Amino acid sequence: MPLLSVKNLAVRFETHHGTVRAVDGISFDMEEGETLGLVGESGSGKSVTNLALLGLIPSPPGVMSGQVHFDGQEISALSEPELRKVRGNRISMIFQDPMTSLNPLLTIGRQMTEVLELHKGKSHSEALRLAAVGLGEVGLSEPESRLAQYPHELSGGMRQRVMIAMGLLCEPRLLLADEPTTALDVTIQAQILELMAEVQRRHGTAIILVTHDLGVVAGTADRVAVMYAGRIVEEGPTHQLFKNPHHPYTQGLLSSVPRLDSDTSQKLSSIPGTPPDLAEMPPGCAFAPRCPNVQAECKSERPELLPSGVPGRSNACPLYAPADSAEARP
Amino acid sequence: MTRPLLEVQNLAKHFPVGPRTFLGNAQQHLHAVDGVSFNIERGVSLGLVGESGCGKSTCARTIVGLHPATSGSVRYEGVELTTLSRRGWLPYRRKIQMIFQDPYASLDPRQTVAQILDEPLKLFGLGRPRERRLRILSLLEAVGLNPRHVQRYPHEFSGGQRQRIGIARALAGEPDLIVCDEPVSALDVSIQAQIVNLLAELRERFDLAYLFIAHDLAVVRHLCDRIAVMYLGRLVEEAPREEIFKNPSHPYTKALLSAVPYPDPEIERTRERIVLRGDVPSPLNPPSGCPFHPRCHQAQEVSGDRCKHLVPELLQKGDRSLACHLD
Repeated sequence: MPLLSVKNLAVRFETHHGTVRAVDGISFDMEEGETLGLVGESGSGKSVTNLALLGLIPSPPGVMSGQVHFDGQEISALSEPELRKVRGNRISMIFQDPMTSLNPLLTIGRQMTEVLELHKGKSHSEALRLAAVGLGEVGLSEPESRLAQYPHELSGGMRQRVMIAMGLLCEPRLLLADEPTTALDVTIQAQILELMAEVQRRHGTAIILVTHDLGVVAGTADRVAVMYAGRIVEEGPTHQLFKNPHHPYTQGLLSSVPRLDSDTSQKLSSIPGTPPDLAEMPPGCAFAPRCPNVQAECKSERPELLPSGVPGRSNACPLYAPADSAEARP
Repeated sequence: MTRPLLEVQNLAKHFPVGPRTFLGNAQQHLHAVDGVSFNIERGVSLGLVGESGCGKSTCARTIVGLHPATSGSVRYEGVELTTLSRRGWLPYRRKIQMIFQDPYASLDPRQTVAQILDEPLKLFGLGRPRERRLRILSLLEAVGLNPRHVQRYPHEFSGGQRQRIGIARALAGEPDLIVCDEPVSALDVSIQAQIVNLLAELRERFDLAYLFIAHDLAVVRHLCDRIAVMYLGRLVEEAPREEIFKNPSHPYTKALLSAVPYPDPEIERTRERIVLRGDVPSPLNPPSGCPFHPRCHQAQEVSGDRCKHLVPELLQKGDRSLACHLD
């Protein structure tokens, strides 16, 4: 049985401009200790997916549907008090901006001990000791004295380390990381990614890594799901998906990333147009208006994500035909 | 030899910070830009890269006169810009333009595209109303916007389209040099590629020089002929593009390049990576000697003492300038 199983998850928001389907029926499974990269551009629904998994969609205006099974339990059916026992305990989350997600009025120690006292019933002194151990584990110097500091006294990279340490205190089975390195500089990003990989090796935590940076996904994820306009358009093992993308959006996305080893005499390839307005979705495939291979049928019916004939891969473009089964062999 | 289009020499910008004395003098100064020198030739693009807080944006804003320089000089075709009055700046405003990072914040939400583009044309006295109208339409065409949208407001456009409006505004006065401050970092990759291609195309078409500020090295590599790397207010290395990417000399340049993730799992998981220890030090309290020495992976190996106590100067060697004791 998979650790996490998501079926037909959908989140819609009722707005003045109409119904926005931020997440429009997505399904995926995750195994223990696995890293799933959830990639897509702004507005593709990747962050909302993460929030929905933990029941953090504000309602109203948000309406959530679908099933989320975690560790044998249907967490999408839990009440708010029951969900609180899961959050920060068995599933925890780290956010993009540690400055706005840490409380500026409380010391690091006060914020870190809260989860341990709440979920694990530790005494305050024991929780402080464990918090210091946690800070040491993520590479902060002088962890004991950090506990007395406030978030503004730390640098961006250090704050992100505190967030990671806090997320791991209760040894969660699943960590939801929402753009954990986007606000950081590349040299600090390299440190944090290395840290997350090490933590995962040590504790066997499964990670959902939400990011727009394909380079970050390439280095860390076991599998990748590409989102566009609220749906997963392609999913598969990282190596295969990068080497041989099936969906035209994945192909366009991968080739529009400038690389340090690409030919600079060529123009960058780009995807024409802009992503659709989620309140006014075109009928049929959401990518059809920008797709280079668009056919008449693409504009009438919205395609489903289906297995693409290659083990472990699925794809929502009906025009894709498996050319050969060479990559299916191990 | 002809003069470079822009000559920046020993440019410094210090900001007063913290509590003030009785007479209102600051007790502490933040050295955002601390002695930066480089030249930009006509039609050549220079990429200025570095991490947040290294002073690259302040450097750009000081060059265009948005901040008064603390010391040093900026010459445009030989004319000193740092001492110009507001009125004296006007003819050079036309020749040196700027594109900003945030296309949402840098356009007036209450002006239509036509008004936004007409403002520089009126200011520089370029043509009568009818001629200006035609010019506005040709500017929109040049940046790939639909001329029929000329009466729309900024909020009716997407982020990429707004950045195109910002570019059209910069082109209005037919500049020689455009200072681009992170023009694509707020955009999604598929849109980013469109804007990078547009900037490359406009450079050919109008023979522009760019001072291109960015933290994304792959974008800079696509657009710039030369690259300058900044760390804590100083240049550490400046060289032609291929030199920087194929043969980086400064330990910081090497680390920066090796930290850039490749969108390719095979390369990404096998290549050697230099992971720097620690954070960028505060420019309020920079380390002694070479500003990079506390994080440098090479400083300890050789002549560690010099790195700790002596600030290395930016020395020119052939086509490359380098500020490192270990060279």
